Amino acid sequence: MILDSKIPAGPLAEKWTKHKFNSKLVNPANKRKYEVIVVGTGLAGASAAASLAELGYNVKAFTFHDSPRRAHSIAAQGGINAAKNYQNDGDSVFRLFYDTVKGGDYRAREANVYRLAEVSVKIIDQCVAQGVPFAREYGGLLSNRSFGGAQVSRTFYARGQTGQQLLLGAYSALSRQVANGKVKLYPRSEMMDVVMIDGQARGIVTRNLITGAVETHTAHAVLLCTGGYGNVFYLSTNAMGSNVTAAWRAHKRGAYFANPCFTQIHPTCIPVSGDHQSKLTLMSESLRNDGRVWVPATKETAEKLRKGEIKVNDIKEEDRDYFLERKYPSFGNLVPRDVASRNAKYVCDEGRGVNETGEAVFLDFRDAIKRDTKAIIASKYGNLFDMYKQITGEDPYQVPMMIYPAVHYTMGGLWVDYNLMTTIPGLYALGEANFSDHGANRLGASALMQGLADGYFVIPYTIGDYLAQTLPKSIDANHPEFIKAAEEVKNRISQLLKINGKKSVDYFHKKLGKIMWNECGMARSAEGLKKAKAEIKELKRDFWADVKVLGTNEELNLTLEKAHRVADFIELGELMIDDALSREESCGGHFREEYQTPEGEALRDDENFAYVAAWKYMGENQEEELHKEPLVFENVKLTQRSYK
Amino acid sequence: MQLTLKIWRQKNASDKGGFATYPVDHVSKDMSFLEMLDVLNEELTEKGQDPVHFDHDCREGICGSCSLYINGKPHGPLQTTTCQLHMRSFNDGETVTIEPWRAKAFPVLKDLVVDRSAFDRIIQAGGYVSVGTGGVPDANEIPVPKTIADLAMDAAQCIGCGACVAACKNASAMLFTSAKVSQLALLPQGQVERKTRAEKMVAQMDAEGFGACTNTGACEAECPKGISITNIARMNREYFSAVVSSENL
Ligand SMILES: Cc1cc2nc3c(=O)[nH]c(=O)nc-3n(C[C@H](O)[C@H](O)[C@H](O)COP(=O)(O)OP(=O)(O)OC[C@H]3O[C@@H](n4cnc5c(N)ncnc54)[C@H](O)[C@@H]3O)c2cc1C
Ligand code: SF4
Ligand code: FES
Repeated sequence: MILDSKIPAGPLAEKWTKHKFNSKLVNPANKRKYEVIVVGTGLAGASAAASLAELGYNVKAFTFHDSPRRAHSIAAQGGINAAKNYQNDGDSVFRLFYDTVKGGDYRAREANVYRLAEVSVKIIDQCVAQGVPFAREYGGLLSNRSFGGAQVSRTFYARGQTGQQLLLGAYSALSRQVANGKVKLYPRSEMMDVVMIDGQARGIVTRNLITGAVETHTAHAVLLCTGGYGNVFYLSTNAMGSNVTAAWRAHKRGAYFANPCFTQIHPTCIPVSGDHQSKLTLMSESLRNDGRVWVPATKETAEKLRKGEIKVNDIKEEDRDYFLERKYPSFGNLVPRDVASRNAKYVCDEGRGVNETGEAVFLDFRDAIKRDTKAIIASKYGNLFDMYKQITGEDPYQVPMMIYPAVHYTMGGLWVDYNLMTTIPGLYALGEANFSDHGANRLGASALMQGLADGYFVIPYTIGDYLAQTLPKSIDANHPEFIKAAEEVKNRISQLLKINGKKSVDYFHKKLGKIMWNECGMARSAEGLKKAKAEIKELKRDFWADVKVLGTNEELNLTLEKAHRVADFIELGELMIDDALSREESCGGHFREEYQTPEGEALRDDENFAYVAAWKYMGENQEEELHKEPLVFENVKLTQRSYK
Repeated sequence: MQLTLKIWRQKNASDKGGFATYPVDHVSKDMSFLEMLDVLNEELTEKGQDPVHFDHDCREGICGSCSLYINGKPHGPLQTTTCQLHMRSFNDGETVTIEPWRAKAFPVLKDLVVDRSAFDRIIQAGGYVSVGTGGVPDANEIPVPKTIADLAMDAAQCIGCGACVAACKNASAMLFTSAKVSQLALLPQGQVERKTRAEKMVAQMDAEGFGACTNTGACEAECPKGISITNIARMNREYFSAVVSSENL
């Protein structure tokens, strides 16, 4: 199959307007004859479900959470970008577009990114109208800050809880449509499969998480808004329930998976404290504005510190290595996420890491407190310092914080065209679940923007074009394909329950996470990746022979839920390894040790790898097939990133 | 350290339920409370016993999923969420009692998991501004004084966990409901529907079987997000002025 991205012709700035005009419309009286399924009620899903219901479509919204308000989007802290240029500091749609393409290390589609920047301004208007309490200045206008090293202040925020406020805004719009009877909500329902009739997505199979009932639901189009797959690494900043199951089942039905190996590792997270660790907590990136990153200059000092023979505050200035400031004099502690993360790994690999585990570096506010006073530092970061103290029991005003990189976001996802449709007609992917806008690295505050852009302002237009070409006939819920798909899900459930092996689901998840983190994390090599592939294959065999899933299907069964998800993560892990192996270059978050500059920086290969890698599922235990969508850059010049 | 856990076990909504006792050792003070339960669950699984079910997701104190009633207090001894509680708040040898939220409007589904969909229905009754996507004014067209925006944000921080209901002897949902009513009543965007909103949300709250508010302040004391009871006073004002002038009367 040739991948057709359906990028409209014409100048960049006119593509979206023209495309909207050229898209077919569904007659208002007919809209209520169409059913749309939205899986996921995070920013992308809630905004899409509300907007489509407002247009008149009948929407069924599914979430495995007990309420739409609990989606992982709720946890986003920092903010949301928009090219409003309220600060008069030179921002524009083109600049946001340019920064995003460059930040993504030139592995995203120009047309999609431009559209994202274009609709970003409307998102802020929408959220304010809903009553989202963004931060404001004394004059009553909206406040902005610069985020993640951006040269302009374009980030809107609501204290440290931007994701929460945006999600509650979308949730309120969704709730209004539930009250209007236009959205039927299915909480605690997990999507287990897509149902295809004549090559088109026509519904889904779900499991009711309270009763275990396996149910089928019909629709004229299905939207997957199911978030990212960072939990393939076991430890990540994602919520515990975040998973790849919906996307993976769609992949197995024919939706291509794009750039699976593109993952983002965030440099400032609270380090792992022991084997019991269940998730990692992000400390806002803004801390690097004032904190200085360092480790002891020698292995010996680091060792003494780890053993508790010396105290951190006794380490003299000349025995400290401010490695980011040393290596990158012009950007210093503010280098991009991937560079900061990788360098923390290097110094720890050299044996200079701190914390009992040796896997942490210091983020020190001593000098900032001396310069600005404790009160000023507290006013900027007080809540973060408190949170740190609550988790670690240490006071960052007295001793430096300890941080270490952690998996945070997945740029890869289901391949979609300009309309956000996957390679399965009628099946769409929105938000973090798709691959489309962030290339090989996502800029801070751009995921919230993308989720809401997809849901509020893109899908309401593009879905019409597809539905207008589909007859509004009701779909037969008793079609053999529905019965077959439900049977398959039931079989898989009983298969899992039958194994009754010796190892817990978490045992497999942790083991998978270790393999992925060691070999497909911050630095990757052909040798390591090949080793990991063999290990994952073995892990998969072991899982299906020896996993222990207790209880029955007909009850709330968290182990069974998790077993499904981990089984899918294992398969995804193998594909990520394949993708990382085949991309013989370094770009953004993907760092192949074989491809670096003499100074140890990522070395891109635009001649051979300026493409989207889209993988096609070929059957159980078969190697997947790689399809390439070439990336064409007409509006930006490809340059090597440098932060020296 | 070692602890004795007394945990509420209940197979499903119709089961009577009761306490079971589990000794746990090797508890490190750096563990979060939920990680301690993870370790217990791994042990139970190993022995072929059904793990203890509880709701949780973000483990960062923001999603509002976690909801344990620990030693007679919602979310335990600190004013934080259960997931942000660490074992250093407990002593070696202590007995810790863990129960689900107890309220008529929050039926137990299994063990420590309760059904909080009543909160969703309260929001559906009117916890929104009726604007559709698109066609709204520019975000800076209506200035909002910073003090007002800050007050609205204070109220908007509610995570919908239900600790306020669990803390209240009447199982009242006033703190939760008033937080949303206040947020929208404070902002200019919420003015148009101000009257009907308070009325409809309060009616739904009553219909769900939440109790009346007798101003004990227990909710505020246990709210992990510091939602203030001044919101309840504000909602009462909204409600009474709405009822007095209501077109629905
Ligand atoms: C700690 C943290 C901080 C962040 N901070 C920022 C920030 O400051 N700015 C920024 O722009 N981005 C930030 N991000 C990234 C951003 O939050 C996410 O990328 C974004 O919120 C994802 O939204 P979503 O709607 O795509 O998915 P989610 O919010 O993850 O929603 C997924 C939904 O799908 C449902 N679901 C999943 N699978 C199934 C299934 N099989 N069946 C049924 N339902 C299912 C879930 O129940 C949920 O409703 C942060 C991320 C993290 C981890
Ligand atoms: S008011 Fe406080 S205790 Fe009640 S639901 Fe909201 S955050 Fe939880
Ligand atoms: S698990 Fe999300 S608030 Fe506790």
